[in-house]
Amino acid sequence: MSTSTGSTTTAAPARSGRIGRVLQKQGALIALVVLVVFGTLRYGESFATGFNVQSVLADDAKYALVALGMCFVIMTGGIDLSVGSVAALGGVVAVQLSGAGLVPAVLAAVAVGAAAGLVNGVLIARFRLAPFLVTLASLLVARGLALYLADARSAVAQPGGFTAFGAWKLLGIPVSFWIVALLFAVGALVLDRTDFGRNVLAVGGNEDAARLMGLPVDRTKVAVYTLSGALAGTAGAFLGAQTGSVDAAAGQGWELSAIAAVVVGGTLLTGGVGSVLGTLVGVLLLQLIFNVIVFENSRGGLQISSYWESVIRGAFLLVVVLLQVRLTRGRRAALA
Amino acid sequence: MTETATAEPTSPAAARRPGGRSWAGFARRYGAAALLVLLLAYNAFFTRNFLSWQTLMDVQLRQAAPVAIVALGMALVIATGGIDLSVGSVMAIAGQVGALTVLGGLPPALAVLLALAVAAACGVFNGTLVVRYGVQPIIATLILFIAGRGIAQLLSGGKLTGFRNPGLQFLGLGRIAGIPMPVVLMLLVAAVLWFVVRYTGYGRTLLATGGNAAAARLAGVRTGRVTMVAYIASAALAGLVGLVVIGITAASDANNVGLGVELDAIAAVAVSGTPLTGGRISVVGTVVGAVMLRLLQNTLIAQGVPREIAQIVTGVVIVVALFLQRRAR
Repeated sequence: MSTSTGSTTTAAPARSGRIGRVLQKQGALIALVVLVVFGTLRYGESFATGFNVQSVLADDAKYALVALGMCFVIMTGGIDLSVGSVAALGGVVAVQLSGAGLVPAVLAAVAVGAAAGLVNGVLIARFRLAPFLVTLASLLVARGLALYLADARSAVAQPGGFTAFGAWKLLGIPVSFWIVALLFAVGALVLDRTDFGRNVLAVGGNEDAARLMGLPVDRTKVAVYTLSGALAGTAGAFLGAQTGSVDAAAGQGWELSAIAAVVVGGTLLTGGVGSVLGTLVGVLLLQLIFNVIVFENSRGGLQISSYWESVIRGAFLLVVVLLQVRLTRGRRAALA
Repeated sequence: MTETATAEPTSPAAARRPGGRSWAGFARRYGAAALLVLLLAYNAFFTRNFLSWQTLMDVQLRQAAPVAIVALGMALVIATGGIDLSVGSVMAIAGQVGALTVLGGLPPALAVLLALAVAAACGVFNGTLVVRYGVQPIIATLILFIAGRGIAQLLSGGKLTGFRNPGLQFLGLGRIAGIPMPVVLMLLVAAVLWFVVRYTGYGRTLLATGGNAAAARLAGVRTGRVTMVAYIASAALAGLVGLVVIGITAASDANNVGLGVELDAIAAVAVSGTPLTGGRISVVGTVVGAVMLRLLQNTLIAQGVPREIAQIVTGVVIVVALFLQRRAR
């Protein structure tokens, strides 16, 4: 897993904090592996079959895209509450243009999302407005636009290339997930190997210092919010392609699940530290909990209410957060 | 509103107090109130029967009251520099506990107390994470935002829990001196909070904590306890609103009670001119903000503007409020 740390925050970890460190960095991955092994042993073939893996991955693709953008935003020390609404807006636009074919529909969704993100970014970076409230306002505006465009109903896609895309597979895995995997790989490389990645972490680590060092702080911020918006728009297009229609109420609460996935994946909300691949693991882990509950219930005997899903997700988040606290306290102690 | 309580002159936040002389400072402090007056004037002229007791009390104020009460708790938390995303889930939990306990035969007063205690316990959970473990408020309250609704749904089994209990329904439908209960509660909570912020030691330590926690701690303020109390109050008020909401419909719907209320409440605080960075609170401004946002929505919708566009206008109002705050600094 590629975890990048702002150089200023690294210090020799206290020995006692080493286990916590491993758990924080790889905890989500360990939990994911344990859950997959548990599921395969308990539910056997049907859990590990291509069909289940396919449906899980296809379903997760859109959440993963949103979480990827959120991850970059959080690494700069910001937050983007608008992603769910922007996804709905992108989805509605894509579905309405689906008659024109796959490429124009998806591109339009990406463009609409990027435009929304650009507005967020400019308001936050150039005008120094609080990210939480700016993106709260754009959450309302984007949702309103989506409802307006869809005429408060759900927009239904024209049959053709657009909806066919939702069913495309490569090596038995949905194409949408291949795209997601590719984007995450690119994201991890960008974070680790490029100036932009370093700037993101520097801005999140200490914005004033980054500014004094002459780093393009404002441009970096505008870029991450634009990226987040574009990815949210793409997620909306994926949703439209998979289900053939987009309800204007779609994407509600995605922002908070994305934040949870990013945090579970080992990214600190304070900015400056983050893991792109950890975020993907966080998404898969939180989504798999639902899958396991479905399987447990279909097995008969023990019936678990699907409402446990959110309780378990919340509990996961709690455990991860407490581990992170231990880790950062250990680091602070090591510095002192 | 001249009563708007911001930092006491002696508190550290006073240094950041915007000059009330510039037009932007004026707009920040009185913008929401001015917009409210404009909306009232517009409706008085153009909306039929607007200036009647029934329209003002039973429609506009009664609709705004639940969000206003939640927003008052939110304002306390925001004054400490935090945020409380869990209020909607806490509403659902408290409402469900209230409904189930009266169905179980508990007297309504006891059911209300129990529901409020459960809500307050949620606040203790949030406060402990924030104060003791130093978890960022967004994440700390996100945990209960996610898990809390699941807990409420587990309690309800996902079904609508209807009940018939005049005592509990009184919170939603009752009247005191002709004023609907939700409005009475809103005024009561606002009055108590206004007094606490302005005239008690807690009010001063609250603003000091949010203004500069480190300095407040050096000055001997027990910032942890101050913050904890704010989270407990926010959750308890959310619980109260949960009971009001189920009282109105005589049924608890754990899937939907309080959905999205955190955003409405934060918006109300934001348009009142209070920055999210803490150190300031405006009790009257928060109520004005909540009432104004509701009236704005209602007015636009009554004028035939689609609900979607009305929502967009709310978003724009928040951004304008942010700009004014920045200009005033």
